Amino acid sequence: MTEQIDKALAREYEAGFVSDVESETFAPGLDEDVIRRISAMKGEPEWMLEWRLSAFREWLEMEEPDWALVDYPKVDFQAISYYSAPKSMKDKPKSLDEVDPELLRTYEKLGIPLIEQQMLAGIAVDAVFDSVSVVTTFREKLEEAGVIFCPISEAIHKHPDLVKKYIGSVVPKKDNYYAALNCAVFTDGSFVYIPKGTRCPMELSTYFRINEQNTGQFERTLIIADEGSHVSYLEGCTAPQRDENQLHAAVVELVAMDNAEIKYSTVQNWYPGDENGKGGIYNFVTKRGICHTSAKISWTQVETGSSVTWKYPSCILKGDNSVGEFYSVALTRGRQQADTGTKMIHLGKNTKSTIITKGISAGRSNNSYRGLVRMNPGAHGARNFTQCDSLLIGDQCGAHTFPYVESRNPSAIIEHEATTSKVSDEQMFLCRQRGLDPEKAVSMIVNGFCKEVFKELPMEFAVEAGKLLEISLEGSVG
Amino acid sequence: MSNTKSLLTIQDLHASVEEKKIIKGLNLDVKAGEVHAIMGPNGAGKSTLGYVLSGRDGYSVESGSATLDGKDLLEMETEERARAGLFLAFQYPVEIPGVSNLEFLKASVDAQREARGEDAITSAEFLKEAKAACKQVNLPVSFLKRGVNEGFSGGEKKRNELMQMLLLKPKLCILDETDSGLDIDALQVVAEGVNSQRSADRSFIVVTHYQRLLDYIKPDFVHVLSDGKIVKSGDASLALELEAQGYAWLQKEPAEDELEG
Repeated sequence: MTEQIDKALAREYEAGFVSDVESETFAPGLDEDVIRRISAMKGEPEWMLEWRLSAFREWLEMEEPDWALVDYPKVDFQAISYYSAPKSMKDKPKSLDEVDPELLRTYEKLGIPLIEQQMLAGIAVDAVFDSVSVVTTFREKLEEAGVIFCPISEAIHKHPDLVKKYIGSVVPKKDNYYAALNCAVFTDGSFVYIPKGTRCPMELSTYFRINEQNTGQFERTLIIADEGSHVSYLEGCTAPQRDENQLHAAVVELVAMDNAEIKYSTVQNWYPGDENGKGGIYNFVTKRGICHTSAKISWTQVETGSSVTWKYPSCILKGDNSVGEFYSVALTRGRQQADTGTKMIHLGKNTKSTIITKGISAGRSNNSYRGLVRMNPGAHGARNFTQCDSLLIGDQCGAHTFPYVESRNPSAIIEHEATTSKVSDEQMFLCRQRGLDPEKAVSMIVNGFCKEVFKELPMEFAVEAGKLLEISLEGSVG
Repeated sequence: MSNTKSLLTIQDLHASVEEKKIIKGLNLDVKAGEVHAIMGPNGAGKSTLGYVLSGRDGYSVESGSATLDGKDLLEMETEERARAGLFLAFQYPVEIPGVSNLEFLKASVDAQREARGEDAITSAEFLKEAKAACKQVNLPVSFLKRGVNEGFSGGEKKRNELMQMLLLKPKLCILDETDSGLDIDALQVVAEGVNSQRSADRSFIVVTHYQRLLDYIKPDFVHVLSDGKIVKSGDASLALELEAQGYAWLQKEPAEDELEG
């Protein structure tokens, strides 16, 4: 059976093509001068440059973390280029008609048509290609509702007060090594502001694409949901198939004001490297949200790509009665390594958090859940429920669970459940005896295992996630 | 019935599990529409026969042949045998958490239809059939939404197997000790389900330990399997004889290493 599964897992990476787009790319290397040049390219105000430089100085003093259960050759930060943009973006296109057709074709090939008429109704997209945002759709419609959805580079110019107030407010500059690096060199990303009492009229989504070789992607996303507002946001990401490892170090900050709700979903499909672990994206990401009184933040992630993943979308439950949720499916195969989970920091009274994770390991991969639940002294009546399930496919992979629980309030209740199971010979035999081929059988069993998380995704993306798993498992049985 | 053609023909079949010989020269001919009961003591190879015929991993055929409808069964993959019309009702049906019965059954039916060059069944049509099948095996319709066998009682699992059989409409059904763990009411439901499916072009192999099931499903032939071979065949009355006298009078002394399996 193991042999069948291995075969089924040897799939093609469908997003692995390279687009022929003329780019303007910085020579590799990192120093203050590079940061000044990035800032100048974006025409940034002085305060932004100063903020970047202070982060860079902090970063120089910091050490790369090594506590995660991942093993990879250390990154040579001087060998990476920190800025790459399609040349056609130099005179920023004012409408879709002016966007380089090759760029539009790239996104279309990835299944994300940017022509508004062809898009799924009700989803606005910001497309980020290497270091710049190329298109943001449905902006006028969103503006009617008072919603701001634009590249963060643009928000720095047009909404400096909001950016100044909130950037770095949830993930401080020196929070961790990769976050500090991101603060210094971030190039683009999305900015969202939902005004008071507004329900965002459509799903917002950002698609990140790394194209250029030897280029790092450092995007930064900031979402502010003002009092009583509601927004659902999705990000997707892909990269070409290359032999070298590429670094992706993003920061995402969410601010949910009183009674606001943010639903943040990720379908991560960066290039995972080949069967022997050659190439692939290092995905070192810091994502965190803060919930004010009675606010709610829900993270849902489906992680199938990247050669190394280091990612812990977290919630600071500051306001009383606030709610944090984390739903995760992480699939690793080949030589992929994932160390992922969440942090739920309970500060307010009667705060609630739910963590449901499904780790699927196949091939020779390693998949770890690492999660912290902390009840601070003020968290009277707070509750957490955690459920971590691991599914093993074959007998050469690893699944690990590292739960950290800190309770400083005796009235807080913390529950933790964990299971580990295998796709069993009996299950495979039952499916095949009923006429299903082994690939369909594995994908069905895995999809069933992930059902609790998939039902949290917006509908269109739940279908996409199911298909992605199916593709990821193709050839894992034979 | 001697004029009808053979559906399943097994000739001098030898098979082993983990290098241990279990089936040792088995011959069986099942014609279309017949019901054959296979009885025998523990360790005779009754369940192994079902697994070998359906192509379970780890069960290897050493020699002999088995054909279904004239096609060489042993050359086919597990799922190809299923698509060719072979159905095995499990003694201990396994759970598949999170995969709804409906989803599982529709995928199975569609896989078999595809193999026959037919289009997938529409969801509406399938739901109608599945609801009818539920009713027939006395399972609430809500079971279609539940995970495959997830949290089902022993009896519910067996009825679920039967429901799968009703929907897949196989040519040859092998019931592997379907009566084990069933109370008398559940046994009757299962037997009625099987009887309703008896037809001129569908055959059954009923593997059982006890005569009890055969009170409800009347077999055309009864075979006694002992030490990997059929040692006696007869009509339904043989089952009664076995019930009265046990198996000892048919068994040769087993060798030490053949006691398990």
